[in-house]
Amino acid sequence: MTAITVTRTAPPLLLHTLRLADTALVLGHRLSEWTGQAPTLEEEMALANVALDHIGQARALYAHAAALEGKGRTEDELAYLRDAPEYRNWLIVELPNGDFAHTMLRQLFVSAFLLPFWQAQARCAEPTLAAIAAKAEKEAAYHLRHAGEWVVRLGDGTEESHRRCRDALAALWQFTGEMFEQDASDRELLAAGLAPDVIALRAAWTATVTEALAEATLPAPPADAWMQSGGRRGVHTEHLGHLLAVMQHLPRSYPGAMW
Amino acid sequence: MTETPMPLWEVFIRARAGLAHRHAGSVHAPDAAMALLAARDTYTRRGEGLSIWVVPSAAITASDPADKDSLFEPAADKIYRHPTFYEVPDEVGHM
Repeated sequence: MTAITVTRTAPPLLLHTLRLADTALVLGHRLSEWTGQAPTLEEEMALANVALDHIGQARALYAHAAALEGKGRTEDELAYLRDAPEYRNWLIVELPNGDFAHTMLRQLFVSAFLLPFWQAQARCAEPTLAAIAAKAEKEAAYHLRHAGEWVVRLGDGTEESHRRCRDALAALWQFTGEMFEQDASDRELLAAGLAPDVIALRAAWTATVTEALAEATLPAPPADAWMQSGGRRGVHTEHLGHLLAVMQHLPRSYPGAMW
Repeated sequence: MTETPMPLWEVFIRARAGLAHRHAGSVHAPDAAMALLAARDTYTRRGEGLSIWVVPSAAITASDPADKDSLFEPAADKIYRHPTFYEVPDEVGHM
């Protein structure tokens, strides 16, 4: 099935919506990879619940993006027929899950951003995004609580769990800068009151993360550390293509397949 | 590396305001705060709950099944303890 192109010429609001949708879908897909492999049955259910929250957010966002684009495309076409360079998710969500400490620390970083982000988006003058944000905000609050509790217990747990948490922190910290990037398209939306100012969200994020890391007895990384960038512009790690190959295989091999 | 198995917690869910908490099942969790989250994720996925209690399974003292005759048999022939044993005179009407 032929791949489609949307983002390269997308106006700011469509691009913003697709970035949020892609991030939600890719993170939801990564979390769903834990199904059948989680450390305990209870955690398996928890990870599947978080995955389904993100995939639910992605569906609503893709449906809105399709309406904004106005070319009669469906949420499925936007999710399944775009190649990796068309995706606009943050790099941090496409990274392989790693061990449980990696997965929980990534979730802490992302949810600590998304909670204040959705709260701010819910107050913006874009009614559909505001409605999606109002629902996602409650989900993000639980994701943050769940991931935060785990990071504290793993960091301040055994020698083994502490070491794994430190390794995760060293690997993931460089991917947290992308959440606070703001390009011309974002500034246009900000000026129009249609999207939050992500730079203004940094203080809340830093406070949440610093507190969790301190409680987890993990060393706070330097504030001026070098940061990775690219996902929001469609420049991805090698991991996203493999993820999409698995995720898109069925709808591309059997176009229009239904349950 | 040896791992200490995570303790077991009994989960009680209250479905609606005004109803009592009912036993839903059990979860493994390292402590009470995590047990609440595990209970939420395991037992309230279909909108079952408004409130959750978790109790360490080890804190429950259970009766011995071998004692069931001495504990429960004596109640079997005391049918006058059931309200249906008594006939209510018609003049009383609904009680």
